[in-house]
Amino acid sequence: MSTTPTRMFLGGSGVSGRPELYTTYEADMALFNTRAKLFSVYALVVLAVAMPFLLTDDLLVLLARAFAFAIGAIGLNLVTGYAGQVSLGHAVFVGLGAFTAAALSGDPDGRTVGYGLPMIVWLPAAALVPAFFGALVAPLASRLRGLYLAIVTLGLVFVFDHIFREWDTVTGGFGVGRPGVVASVFGISLTDNGPSYTGQQKTYWLVLAVLVVVALLGRNIARSAVGRAFQAVRDRDIAAEVIGVELTKHKALAFIISSAFAGLAGAMLYTITRTITPESFSLLMSVQFIAMVLIGGASTISGSIAGAFFLIVVLRIAEELSRFASFIPPPGQQGGLLNEAQISTILYGLLIIGFLLFEPRGLFGVWIRIRNYWKGWPFSY
Amino acid sequence: MTDLIQALVSGLGQGSIYALIALGFVIIYKSTLVVSFAQPALMITGSLFMIELNGRTVQLGGLGEVTFEFWSALAVAITATALISMAIERLAIRPMIGQPVFVVAIITIGIDIALRVIHSRILGVNLRYVGDPWGLQTFEVGGVLVNHRDVARIVATMLIFALLTAFFRWSRFGLGMRAAAFDQETALAQGINVGRVFAVSWGIAGALAAVAGMFVDGSSGITPQTWIVALKALPAIIIGGLDSVGGAVLGGLLVGVIEALFAEYQAQYLPWLGSNFAPVSPYVLLLLVLMVRPYGLFGTPEVERV
Repeated sequence: MSTTPTRMFLGGSGVSGRPELYTTYEADMALFNTRAKLFSVYALVVLAVAMPFLLTDDLLVLLARAFAFAIGAIGLNLVTGYAGQVSLGHAVFVGLGAFTAAALSGDPDGRTVGYGLPMIVWLPAAALVPAFFGALVAPLASRLRGLYLAIVTLGLVFVFDHIFREWDTVTGGFGVGRPGVVASVFGISLTDNGPSYTGQQKTYWLVLAVLVVVALLGRNIARSAVGRAFQAVRDRDIAAEVIGVELTKHKALAFIISSAFAGLAGAMLYTITRTITPESFSLLMSVQFIAMVLIGGASTISGSIAGAFFLIVVLRIAEELSRFASFIPPPGQQGGLLNEAQISTILYGLLIIGFLLFEPRGLFGVWIRIRNYWKGWPFSY
Repeated sequence: MTDLIQALVSGLGQGSIYALIALGFVIIYKSTLVVSFAQPALMITGSLFMIELNGRTVQLGGLGEVTFEFWSALAVAITATALISMAIERLAIRPMIGQPVFVVAIITIGIDIALRVIHSRILGVNLRYVGDPWGLQTFEVGGVLVNHRDVARIVATMLIFALLTAFFRWSRFGLGMRAAAFDQETALAQGINVGRVFAVSWGIAGALAAVAGMFVDGSSGITPQTWIVALKALPAIIIGGLDSVGGAVLGGLLVGVIEALFAEYQAQYLPWLGSNFAPVSPYVLLLLVLMVRPYGLFGTPEVERV
């Protein structure tokens, strides 16, 4: 059966009643290679679009944050999960994207630099500027391997942290910061309350739209020739080179794409949060992204989204628990076993350790187990 | 001129701390091929033991009581940190043998984060002091003021380096560790207990981190942010080469000196780099060195055979 445009939207293997019988490569590699995948993705997107009518605004902000982190996590997953290049410097590119978007969209008369440009300019720029810096880092990546690269990217975090702190005409300086991204379409602000929708609702839809585009892009990169080349580089770079994969080109490409996504994530994060402080883009943020990728499942796009969602929501639940658990004092008070911020930080650490030790494939692996259980039911195999 | 010499001496002193941490990194790397990002947390573990024990009287149940002074507290801190380090290895690292090194490195990041939360809980919000005997005392040599603490740091580091070199060169177990670092399977076949090699290398790294944790105070106190100091050992080991023990010490000292020189002269000669550039200079140095030599100054280039 040939690939037709309808197949792309209907999904499935093309053989009725046999969901995993693929008769063509196209069907096997299709965006939605099973019909269940297609329907569940459509259902999830519809549900996500409807969320502003179902949830209160503070929960929407939480979801929007999770989506923004998911955008960055997809980027990190492409470079670390697919291409196998360990990057601890993801926060740098998130910061570059955030400051690019904020500076281009900002108020021209403000205390910090701003050009008051429309979204059609700053949104692409928030991807392109970090991508350019990603391309500058790429030569290092093609020279170095494994842990050397991890440590160098860690060094980048400290260097850029310094630049962000010192360049106060753009970033507002240490501890002060600057106003976040000013997002508007056709003169309608996406962050302020309007006549029919609140600012939170509009911001949520913006972030959701960017996430859907980035996730589709990510999935398409992953399933196409470039994605397969990334995986070949990850699994054995010498073997990849022997079969004709250009190492330098693909390592650079992985860094450029992931930096662009990180930049978009930064722009979205600081459309939600209205102030950017330069010290936010620290090692901890990089580790948060790594935690999302690993907890979600390395080299799966859906896993990155699930990981970001899981971490943001779990940390929020930990925060809520503090009202009921006596060993966590309420915010701003001393004493107790651990305070809120400490609880969420220690959860990051313990979740990373736990998942890597017991379920290295992450949430995606958990899902595979559940799926296989029901597939084989009532048998255990 | 005296400024320069003074900066060099204090740079060497600070560099000794980096060198101690870097030695731990390299020893773990050589035996397990993992960069342990848990070293900063282990360093603070050492500091905390010193803070909590130094000058304190502890009841030992029916055995009477013990009053710790500096040296006995240090001995306990070193032993306890080494034991904690070995426990981490046994519980979290040993089950991951055969997994990609990147995954194990990330686990150590997780351990570091979790441990540091516990540390900042114990540490509290106030500045706490290790209470070392040299404090802020200085002596003068030809117009140059030298801190006692810098001399103590440099001497201790050199002593430890010499002891470790002797251990790896002449002791039976040290030779076994080198064999295991060279080829684990062959070492195993020769009857070397590779599991114990892992445990001992983590133990040594923990002990070194505890010593560094005692020195890092430098009469300016331990805060929840002090762990960042230990990360500067990473540029040191990369500059020296991940698998070179001597390179780690040299790299650590070099990083310390560079940092001190930037602290002394950068505001005067390179003001456009911004204030407080000195703590970042090791990372810039790291990037520059790696552009030229991808395996550091003394590291062995990885040779891949197919």
